[in-house]
Amino acid sequence: MNIFDSLISGISLGSIYAIIALGYTMVYGIAKMLNFAHGDVIMVGAYICFYTFTGGLMSFLPAVPPYAAILIAVVVCTLLGMLIERLAYKPLRTAPSLAVLITAIGVSYFLQNAALLLWTSNPKVFPSFFNFGGNTNIELGGLRISYVTIVTIIVSAVIMVALTLFTSYSKTGKAMRACSEDKGAAQLMGINVNTTISITFAIGSGLAAIAGVLLCSAYPTLVPTTGSMPGIKAFTAAVFGGIGSIPGAMLGGLLLGVIEIFSKAYISTQLSDAIVFAVLIVVLLVKPTGLLGKPIREKV
Amino acid sequence: MKLLTNKTTRSNTITYAVVVISFVLLQLWSGAGMSSSLKGMLVPICAYVVMALSLNLTVGVLGELSLGHAGFMSVGAFTGTTAAMALAQSIPSDGLRLAIAMVVGALFAAIAGFLIGIPVLRLRGDYLAIVTLAFGEIIKSIFTNLYVGFDGGLRVSLLSNQTGIADNDLIIRGPMGIGGITKISTFVAGFVLIMLTLIVIFNLVNSRSGRAIMALRDNRIAAESVGIPVTKYKMMAFVISAALAGAAGTLFGLNYSTVVANKFDFNTSILILVFVVLGGQGRMLGSIIAAAALTILPEVLREFADYRMLVYAIVLILVMIFTNNPTIKGFFTRLFSKKQEGGANQ
Repeated sequence: MNIFDSLISGISLGSIYAIIALGYTMVYGIAKMLNFAHGDVIMVGAYICFYTFTGGLMSFLPAVPPYAAILIAVVVCTLLGMLIERLAYKPLRTAPSLAVLITAIGVSYFLQNAALLLWTSNPKVFPSFFNFGGNTNIELGGLRISYVTIVTIIVSAVIMVALTLFTSYSKTGKAMRACSEDKGAAQLMGINVNTTISITFAIGSGLAAIAGVLLCSAYPTLVPTTGSMPGIKAFTAAVFGGIGSIPGAMLGGLLLGVIEIFSKAYISTQLSDAIVFAVLIVVLLVKPTGLLGKPIREKV
Repeated sequence: MKLLTNKTTRSNTITYAVVVISFVLLQLWSGAGMSSSLKGMLVPICAYVVMALSLNLTVGVLGELSLGHAGFMSVGAFTGTTAAMALAQSIPSDGLRLAIAMVVGALFAAIAGFLIGIPVLRLRGDYLAIVTLAFGEIIKSIFTNLYVGFDGGLRVSLLSNQTGIADNDLIIRGPMGIGGITKISTFVAGFVLIMLTLIVIFNLVNSRSGRAIMALRDNRIAAESVGIPVTKYKMMAFVISAALAGAAGTLFGLNYSTVVANKFDFNTSILILVFVVLGGQGRMLGSIIAAAALTILPEVLREFADYRMLVYAIVLILVMIFTNNPTIKGFFTRLFSKKQEGGANQ
């Protein structure tokens, strides 16, 4: 692998981390909770997409074309995210944050074990959706780049731009930012806080489904624990960029992906995880609230 | 003041008593027809109880969230087990070797805790939590790629076996971990470790240092302004917590024939955190009960067969909602206060 190859696969992996990290950071910003079940929503999204595509989700359902399968996965995950929020997190809105954290872990166990029962632990080989004219790779100026990589980068760029525009200009987006700033004040201004939180979970989970499809297209082994490690890394990416900050999550995700691929290519494959986490620690020591996080002011 | 001391003493005595009584009962039961699967769980339960107690020192008493506690368990398991295997010839007595291994495990975990504490304790809240998670993962990666052999002296190498010892004669064999361990952990040793842990924690909490640590938890700025050195006391709690986790790790490691680094991953850290939160932060008896109950729960749920982990997850979510939802909590408080009023009237 030369340096450009590494850079491109780093950006591609980083884009996936960024999409997942967006889900973490938005939920953290608005609900002040670490949603540990987020990684497992990715896995559910990938499974739904896999089974709607191959036609094995329910016996009466026909196999559908890939883009419809992705769309169905996004819709299912969006609903799943809202359902999880409604059933497990909403009753704990005023509870201490650790209690909510443990509940999120409970949800994560639940999703993993439900997937284990429904879809067994046999690894599924995820189909490659992104081949055009029978090719999975494209030659660009002497570089062989897979279509998955290109699609991943384009899709995440679109998502990032769209999400930035959405949170900056749309009414719902503004409501989300208001809620993450001050829930009480937002409520006094006539914003429905519960609905806004629900929408945030919906968007985050929908993004998770897309991330799941992209992740499994690039690394095609699908098992019930597929989402855990990318989930933890994306969470790290969100903290890396400053948790609660949307541009921070994008930057953190991209950097983390590039660092991971580079340390795999040039330092050591086995220790790449350790290197990624070591970089995180160094960054947090220099900037204790992440790259783009707001400094915390303490008042006495 | 005297009343307060008495109250603490009473609750500590209850905790000791519960541990001793359960030990005696379980010991009697294991002599008289306890199922072998349950018998095999006695030592892991002890190890998890000590893990929960030690994490409770960080989370409940110091008030900092740690998501990498399994890392210290890992350090203890690997160093302690290595020590036990290296000393197999020179110290024939199992009990003594186990005790020395635990001290070694605790010592190395304490060193790891100190080194990790230097950067970690500068951070706050969720950032601190994520860095402990990162350290847990780093420790896991290192032990997955570590090769250690013993031929009179310790030979250590990272990434590939360059110790000059044949692969099969190594103690720690990279991703394969440690194999061929002589199981020397016993339930009695586990019980002794739990009692020692309780003595250490209760004495720390009731000491001047313990009060300083709790003052930092309750209001760091106020504590700092009356001259409590923040770093010193945070470090004290963190290192003691790590050392206890290391001893628990050794106990755990020497109970199995193989130990691999992947056993002590993020999920294990989370599992221990679940014990602490469910048992109540800062409440040692709660941690003990939660750790024991949740370790046995999957065994009890065996009749659900494949569904047991699903049921486990649902139980976990429901318990958190029932103990923390203000409406449900309020309902129970009203119910109980009514009962008490009724009792008083009669």
